[in-house]
Amino acid sequence: MTPVASLGRSGLADFVLQRATAVVLAAFALCVLGWFLAAPVNHARLAAFFGTLPMRAFTTLAILALAAHAWIGMWTVGTDYVRRHYFGRRHALYLAIYQIGCAALVFLYLVWPLAVVWGVAR
Amino acid sequence: MRISLYRYDPDADAAPRMENLELDIPGVGDLMVLDLLERLKAIDPSIAYRRSCREGVCGSDGVNMNGRNGLACTTPVSEVARRGKLTLRPLPGLPVIRDLVVDMTQFYRQYEKIKPFLQNEDPPPARERLQTPEDREKLNGLYECILCACCSTSCPSFWWNPEKFVGPAGLLQAYRFLADSRDTATEERLAELEDPFSVFRCRGIMNCVSACPKGLNPTRAIGKIRTMLVERGI
Ligand code: SF4
Repeated sequence: MTPVASLGRSGLADFVLQRATAVVLAAFALCVLGWFLAAPVNHARLAAFFGTLPMRAFTTLAILALAAHAWIGMWTVGTDYVRRHYFGRRHALYLAIYQIGCAALVFLYLVWPLAVVWGVAR
Repeated sequence: MRISLYRYDPDADAAPRMENLELDIPGVGDLMVLDLLERLKAIDPSIAYRRSCREGVCGSDGVNMNGRNGLACTTPVSEVARRGKLTLRPLPGLPVIRDLVVDMTQFYRQYEKIKPFLQNEDPPPARERLQTPEDREKLNGLYECILCACCSTSCPSFWWNPEKFVGPAGLLQAYRFLADSRDTATEERLAELEDPFSVFRCRGIMNCVSACPKGLNPTRAIGKIRTMLVERGI
Protein backbone atom coordinates (compact mmCIF):
# COMPACT_ATOMS: atom_id res chain seq x y z
CA MET A 1 0.00 0.00 0.00
CA THR A 2 2.94 2.32 -0.46
CA PRO A 3 2.48 5.22 -2.87
CA VAL A 4 5.32 3.62 -4.87
CA ALA A 5 2.82 1.07 -6.16
CA SER A 6 0.83 3.88 -7.72
CA LEU A 7 1.72 4.72 -11.28
CA GLY A 8 2.95 8.26 -10.94
CA ARG A 9 4.17 7.98 -7.31
CA SER A 10 2.27 11.17 -6.58
CA GLY A 11 -1.44 11.65 -6.17
CA LEU A 12 -1.20 14.78 -8.26
CA ALA A 13 0.47 12.99 -11.18
CA ASP A 14 -2.12 10.19 -11.01
CA PHE A 15 -4.93 12.73 -10.89
CA VAL A 16 -3.67 14.63 -13.93
CA LEU A 17 -2.79 11.47 -15.84
CA GLN A 18 -6.20 9.95 -15.21
CA ARG A 19 -7.93 13.02 -16.59
CA ALA A 20 -5.61 13.38 -19.58
CA THR A 21 -6.02 9.71 -20.52
CA ALA A 22 -9.80 10.07 -20.16
CA VAL A 23 -9.71 12.85 -22.76
CA VAL A 24 -7.65 10.69 -25.14
CA LEU A 25 -10.05 7.76 -24.69
CA ALA A 26 -13.11 9.94 -25.24
CA ALA A 27 -11.60 11.39 -28.44
CA PHE A 28 -10.70 7.91 -29.66
CA ALA A 29 -14.16 6.55 -28.89
CA LEU A 30 -15.81 9.42 -30.79
CA CYS A 31 -13.49 8.94 -33.73
CA VAL A 32 -14.21 5.20 -33.97
CA LEU A 33 -17.93 5.74 -33.42
CA GLY A 34 -18.00 8.30 -36.22
CA TRP A 35 -16.28 5.82 -38.51
CA PHE A 36 -18.79 3.10 -37.60
CA LEU A 37 -21.74 5.37 -38.39
CA ALA A 38 -20.26 6.78 -41.60
CA ALA A 39 -20.70 3.70 -43.81
CA PRO A 40 -21.47 -0.02 -43.63
CA VAL A 41 -18.75 -1.91 -41.84
CA ASN A 42 -16.77 -4.60 -43.60
CA HIS A 43 -13.31 -6.00 -43.20
CA ALA A 44 -11.75 -4.22 -46.15
CA ARG A 45 -12.92 -0.86 -44.90
CA LEU A 46 -11.83 -1.68 -41.37
CA ALA A 47 -8.35 -2.75 -42.45
CA ALA A 48 -7.98 0.35 -44.63
CA PHE A 49 -9.02 2.65 -41.79
CA PHE A 50 -6.86 1.18 -39.06
CA GLY A 51 -4.01 0.50 -41.47
CA THR A 52 -3.13 4.15 -41.99
CA LEU A 53 -0.20 5.42 -39.99
CA PRO A 54 -2.03 8.28 -38.22
CA MET A 55 -4.80 5.90 -37.15
CA ARG A 56 -2.29 3.34 -35.92
CA ALA A 57 -0.50 6.02 -33.93
CA PHE A 58 -3.81 7.24 -32.47
CA THR A 59 -4.83 3.68 -31.59
CA THR A 60 -1.48 3.09 -29.92
CA LEU A 61 -1.96 6.24 -27.89
CA ALA A 62 -5.46 5.11 -26.90
CA ILE A 63 -4.17 1.67 -25.85
CA LEU A 64 -1.46 3.26 -23.70
CA ALA A 65 -4.02 5.66 -22.24
CA LEU A 66 -6.36 2.79 -21.44
CA ALA A 67 -3.61 0.86 -19.65
CA ALA A 68 -2.58 3.86 -17.54
CA HIS A 69 -6.19 4.83 -16.81
CA ALA A 70 -7.16 1.29 -15.84
CA TRP A 71 -4.13 0.75 -13.63
CA ILE A 72 -4.63 3.97 -11.64
CA GLY A 73 -8.32 3.18 -11.25
CA MET A 74 -7.85 -0.45 -10.21
CA TRP A 75 -5.03 0.43 -7.83
CA THR A 76 -7.28 3.01 -6.19
CA VAL A 77 -10.23 0.63 -5.91
CA GLY A 78 -7.98 -2.01 -4.35
CA THR A 79 -6.56 0.33 -1.74
CA ASP A 80 -10.09 1.47 -0.88
CA TYR A 81 -11.69 -1.94 -0.43
CA VAL A 82 -9.01 -4.51 0.30
CA ARG A 83 -8.53 -3.41 3.87
CA ARG A 84 -7.88 -5.06 7.18
CA HIS A 85 -11.38 -4.09 8.30
CA TYR A 86 -13.00 -6.37 5.70
CA PHE A 87 -10.30 -8.90 4.98
CA GLY A 88 -8.66 -9.45 8.35
CA ARG A 89 -5.00 -9.91 9.11
CA ARG A 90 -4.04 -11.25 5.70
CA HIS A 91 -5.38 -8.22 3.84
CA ALA A 92 -1.89 -7.24 2.64
CA LEU A 93 -1.53 -10.63 0.96
CA TYR A 94 -4.94 -10.33 -0.70
CA LEU A 95 -4.11 -6.82 -1.87
CA ALA A 96 -0.85 -8.07 -3.39
CA ILE A 97 -2.70 -10.88 -5.21
CA TYR A 98 -5.31 -8.42 -6.44
CA GLN A 99 -2.66 -5.99 -7.68
CA ILE A 100 -0.67 -8.69 -9.44
CA GLY A 101 -3.90 -9.87 -11.09
CA CYS A 102 -4.73 -6.34 -12.21
CA ALA A 103 -1.20 -5.75 -13.47
CA ALA A 104 -1.37 -8.98 -15.49
CA LEU A 105 -4.71 -8.00 -17.04
CA VAL A 106 -3.51 -4.49 -17.84
CA PHE A 107 -0.38 -5.95 -19.42
CA LEU A 108 -2.49 -8.34 -21.51
CA TYR A 109 -4.74 -5.54 -22.73
CA LEU A 110 -1.64 -3.54 -23.57
CA VAL A 111 0.34 -6.13 -25.51
CA TRP A 112 -2.48 -7.91 -27.31
CA PRO A 113 -4.14 -4.90 -29.02
CA LEU A 114 -0.71 -3.42 -29.82
CA ALA A 115 0.18 -6.68 -31.58
CA VAL A 116 -3.11 -6.53 -33.48
CA VAL A 117 -2.67 -2.90 -34.53
CA TRP A 118 0.89 -3.29 -35.73
CA GLY A 119 0.24 -6.65 -37.35
CA VAL A 120 -2.74 -5.47 -39.40
CA ALA A 121 -1.01 -4.41 -42.67
CA ARG A 122 1.36 -7.34 -42.90
CA MET B 1 -42.94 8.39 19.27
CA ARG B 2 -40.94 5.18 18.77
CA ILE B 3 -37.21 5.48 19.20
CA SER B 4 -34.68 2.86 18.34
CA LEU B 5 -31.50 3.67 20.22
CA TYR B 6 -28.03 2.19 19.72
CA ARG B 7 -26.77 0.87 23.05
CA TYR B 8 -23.28 -0.41 23.70
CA ASP B 9 -21.22 -0.60 26.84
CA PRO B 10 -17.96 -2.39 25.97
CA ASP B 11 -17.41 -3.33 29.63
CA ALA B 12 -20.75 -5.07 30.02
CA ASP B 13 -22.05 -6.00 26.53
CA ALA B 14 -20.64 -8.62 24.19
CA ALA B 15 -22.05 -6.74 21.17
CA PRO B 16 -23.98 -3.54 20.44
CA ARG B 17 -27.78 -3.80 20.40
CA MET B 18 -30.70 -1.58 19.40
CA GLU B 19 -33.04 -0.66 22.24
CA ASN B 20 -36.66 0.15 21.40
CA LEU B 21 -38.18 2.91 23.45
CA GLU B 22 -41.52 4.68 23.52
CA LEU B 23 -41.80 8.33 24.38
CA ASP B 24 -44.86 10.54 24.71
CA ILE B 25 -44.03 13.91 23.33
CA PRO B 26 -46.29 16.95 23.78
CA GLY B 27 -48.10 18.11 20.67
CA VAL B 28 -46.89 21.67 21.09
CA GLY B 29 -44.01 23.00 19.04
CA ASP B 30 -41.23 20.94 17.57
CA LEU B 31 -38.65 19.30 19.77
CA MET B 32 -35.05 18.95 18.78
CA VAL B 33 -33.53 15.47 18.76
CA LEU B 34 -31.40 16.48 21.76
CA ASP B 35 -34.62 17.21 23.71
CA LEU B 36 -35.69 13.62 23.06
CA LEU B 37 -32.36 12.34 24.34
CA GLU B 38 -32.65 14.47 27.48
CA ARG B 39 -36.10 13.02 28.16
CA LEU B 40 -34.86 9.50 27.59
CA LYS B 41 -31.95 10.08 29.93
CA ALA B 42 -34.32 11.33 32.62
CA ILE B 43 -35.99 7.90 32.43
CA ASP B 44 -32.80 5.84 32.00
CA PRO B 45 -29.72 7.67 33.31
CA SER B 46 -27.41 5.03 31.86
CA ILE B 47 -27.92 6.37 28.30
CA ALA B 48 -24.70 8.08 27.19
CA TYR B 49 -24.21 10.90 24.66
CA ARG B 50 -22.15 14.09 24.40
CA ARG B 51 -23.64 17.55 24.59
CA SER B 52 -22.69 20.97 25.79
CA CYS B 53 -24.01 24.23 24.34
CA ARG B 54 -27.30 22.81 22.96
CA GLU B 55 -27.33 25.42 20.17
CA GLY B 56 -25.05 24.19 17.41
CA VAL B 57 -21.91 26.01 18.50
CA CYS B 58 -19.83 23.46 20.38
CA GLY B 59 -20.14 20.57 17.93
CA SER B 60 -20.39 17.88 20.64
CA ASP B 61 -23.64 16.14 19.80
CA GLY B 62 -23.07 14.91 16.26
CA VAL B 63 -25.15 11.72 15.86
CA ASN B 64 -26.68 9.65 13.10
CA MET B 65 -30.45 10.21 12.94
CA ASN B 66 -32.42 7.88 10.66
CA GLY B 67 -29.27 7.45 8.63
CA ARG B 68 -28.33 11.13 8.43
CA ASN B 69 -25.49 12.73 10.32
CA GLY B 70 -26.22 15.99 12.09
CA LEU B 71 -26.26 17.84 15.38
CA ALA B 72 -28.97 16.53 17.72
CA CYS B 73 -29.45 20.01 19.19
CA THR B 74 -30.28 21.80 15.93
CA THR B 75 -32.20 19.04 14.15
CA PRO B 76 -35.98 19.18 14.65
CA VAL B 77 -37.51 15.76 15.30
CA SER B 78 -40.04 16.39 12.51
CA GLU B 79 -37.20 16.75 10.01
CA VAL B 80 -35.72 13.30 10.58
CA ALA B 81 -38.47 11.08 12.06
CA ARG B 82 -40.36 8.91 9.60
CA ARG B 83 -43.85 7.62 10.43
CA GLY B 84 -43.37 8.28 14.13
CA LYS B 85 -40.08 6.41 14.25
CA LEU B 86 -36.57 7.61 14.85
CA THR B 87 -33.39 5.52 14.84
CA LEU B 88 -30.43 7.02 16.66
CA ARG B 89 -26.91 5.70 16.16
CA PRO B 90 -23.41 7.01 16.85
CA LEU B 91 -21.49 8.72 14.02
CA PRO B 92 -20.48 5.93 11.62
CA GLY B 93 -16.92 4.76 11.12
CA LEU B 94 -15.40 5.75 14.46
CA PRO B 95 -14.87 3.37 17.41
CA VAL B 96 -17.72 3.52 19.94
CA ILE B 97 -16.82 4.34 23.54
CA ARG B 98 -20.38 3.95 24.79
CA ASP B 99 -23.86 4.32 23.25
CA LEU B 100 -23.72 7.50 21.14
CA VAL B 101 -20.26 8.55 22.33
CA VAL B 102 -17.51 7.87 19.77
CA ASP B 103 -13.73 8.01 20.00
CA MET B 104 -12.71 11.03 17.89
CA THR B 105 -8.93 10.39 18.05
CA GLN B 106 -8.65 9.43 14.38
CA PHE B 107 -10.59 12.53 13.36
CA TYR B 108 -8.43 14.88 15.46
CA ARG B 109 -5.26 13.20 14.24
CA GLN B 110 -6.15 14.14 10.66
CA TYR B 111 -6.97 17.67 11.79
CA GLU B 112 -3.59 17.91 13.53
CA LYS B 113 -1.85 16.73 10.36
CA ILE B 114 -2.84 19.78 8.34
CA LYS B 115 -1.25 22.12 10.96
CA PRO B 116 -4.38 24.11 11.77
CA PHE B 117 -2.65 27.30 12.85
CA LEU B 118 -1.30 30.38 11.17
CA GLN B 119 2.33 30.07 10.04
CA ASN B 120 4.27 33.19 9.23
CA GLU B 121 8.03 33.57 9.49
CA ASP B 122 8.03 37.37 9.18
CA PRO B 123 8.56 39.25 12.46
CA PRO B 124 5.16 40.12 13.89
CA PRO B 125 4.14 43.78 13.63
CA ALA B 126 3.60 45.81 16.80
CA ARG B 127 -0.14 45.17 16.97
CA GLU B 128 -1.49 42.57 14.57
CA ARG B 129 -1.13 41.14 11.07
CA LEU B 130 -3.55 43.08 8.92
CA GLN B 131 -5.67 41.81 6.07
CA THR B 132 -7.69 43.64 3.42
CA PRO B 133 -11.46 43.15 3.60
CA GLU B 134 -11.21 41.26 0.28
CA ASP B 135 -8.64 38.84 1.70
CA ARG B 136 -10.71 38.38 4.83
CA GLU B 137 -13.72 37.62 2.63
CA LYS B 138 -11.90 34.54 1.30
CA LEU B 139 -12.09 32.88 4.72
CA ASN B 140 -15.88 32.99 4.84
CA GLY B 141 -17.38 29.54 4.55
CA LEU B 142 -14.14 28.05 5.90
CA TYR B 143 -13.46 29.38 9.39
CA GLU B 144 -16.97 28.59 10.72
CA CYS B 145 -16.29 24.86 11.10
CA ILE B 146 -17.01 23.58 14.63
CA LEU B 147 -15.25 20.21 14.16
CA CYS B 148 -18.37 18.19 14.86
CA ALA B 149 -17.16 15.39 12.51
CA CYS B 150 -20.58 15.00 10.85
CA CYS B 151 -18.94 15.39 7.43
CA SER B 152 -15.90 13.13 7.79
CA THR B 153 -17.95 10.31 9.35
CA SER B 154 -20.43 10.44 6.45
CA CYS B 155 -17.64 10.10 3.89
CA PRO B 156 -17.00 6.59 2.48
CA SER B 157 -13.42 7.53 1.58
CA PHE B 158 -12.83 8.44 5.23
CA TRP B 159 -14.37 5.14 6.38
CA TRP B 160 -12.02 3.26 4.04
CA ASN B 161 -8.79 5.14 4.71
CA PRO B 162 -9.23 7.02 8.00
CA GLU B 163 -5.50 6.98 8.71
CA LYS B 164 -4.45 8.29 5.29
CA PHE B 165 -7.25 10.39 3.83
CA VAL B 166 -7.46 13.70 5.70
CA GLY B 167 -11.23 13.82 5.29
CA PRO B 168 -13.57 16.73 4.50
CA ALA B 169 -13.28 18.51 7.87
CA GLY B 170 -9.47 18.47 7.86
CA LEU B 171 -9.29 19.51 4.20
CA LEU B 172 -11.70 22.38 4.71
CA GLN B 173 -9.32 23.65 7.41
CA ALA B 174 -6.29 22.93 5.22
CA TYR B 175 -7.80 25.24 2.61
CA ARG B 176 -8.73 27.78 5.28
CA PHE B 177 -4.98 28.30 5.90
CA LEU B 178 -3.99 27.97 2.23
CA ALA B 179 -6.43 30.77 1.45
CA ASP B 180 -5.24 33.00 4.30
CA SER B 181 -3.23 35.97 3.00
CA ARG B 182 -1.29 36.09 6.29
CA ASP B 183 -0.07 32.50 6.08
CA THR B 184 3.31 32.01 4.38
CA ALA B 185 3.60 28.21 4.56
CA THR B 186 1.56 27.59 1.39
CA GLU B 187 4.35 25.66 -0.33
CA GLU B 188 4.97 23.35 2.66
CA ARG B 189 1.26 22.79 3.14
CA LEU B 190 0.74 21.82 -0.51
CA ALA B 191 3.77 19.52 -0.48
CA GLU B 192 2.21 17.63 2.45
CA LEU B 193 -1.00 17.05 0.51
CA GLU B 194 0.38 15.82 -2.80
CA ASP B 195 0.41 12.06 -2.07
CA PRO B 196 -2.29 9.73 -3.49
CA PHE B 197 -4.30 9.65 -0.23
CA SER B 198 -4.45 12.94 1.69
CA VAL B 199 -6.53 14.94 -0.81
CA PHE B 200 -6.84 12.76 -3.89
CA ARG B 201 -8.92 10.07 -2.18
CA CYS B 202 -11.86 12.47 -2.43
CA ARG B 203 -14.26 11.07 -5.05
CA GLY B 204 -16.66 13.98 -4.97
CA ILE B 205 -19.37 11.92 -3.29
CA MET B 206 -20.44 15.12 -1.52
CA ASN B 207 -22.00 13.48 1.55
CA CYS B 208 -20.01 16.05 3.52
CA VAL B 209 -21.93 18.90 1.93
CA SER B 210 -25.35 17.48 2.80
CA ALA B 211 -24.21 16.51 6.32
CA CYS B 212 -22.63 19.78 7.44
CA PRO B 213 -24.90 21.44 10.03
CA LYS B 214 -23.18 24.77 9.43
CA GLY B 215 -23.94 24.72 5.71
CA LEU B 216 -20.27 24.59 4.72
CA ASN B 217 -18.95 23.05 1.52
CA PRO B 218 -15.85 20.88 2.04
CA THR B 219 -16.07 19.51 -1.53
CA ARG B 220 -15.57 22.99 -2.95
CA ALA B 221 -12.56 23.56 -0.68
CA ILE B 222 -11.08 20.23 -1.80
CA GLY B 223 -11.55 21.30 -5.43
CA LYS B 224 -9.66 24.53 -4.69
CA ILE B 225 -6.79 22.59 -3.10
CA ARG B 226 -6.60 20.35 -6.17
CA THR B 227 -6.48 23.38 -8.43
CA MET B 228 -3.66 24.86 -6.31
CA LEU B 229 -1.77 21.55 -6.51
CA VAL B 230 -2.17 21.33 -10.29
CA GLU B 231 -1.09 24.96 -10.77
CA ARG B 232 1.91 24.41 -8.50
CA GLY B 233 2.86 21.34 -10.54
CA ILE B 234 2.90 23.19 -13.87
S1 SF4 C 1 -17.20 21.06 7.94
FE1 SF4 C 1 -19.30 21.10 8.85
S2 SF4 C 1 -19.79 18.91 9.24
FE2 SF4 C 1 -17.56 19.02 8.91
S3 SF4 C 1 -16.71 19.18 11.00
FE3 SF4 C 1 -16.95 21.30 10.18
S4 SF4 C 1 -18.97 21.98 10.91
FE4 SF4 C 1 -18.92 19.72 11.18
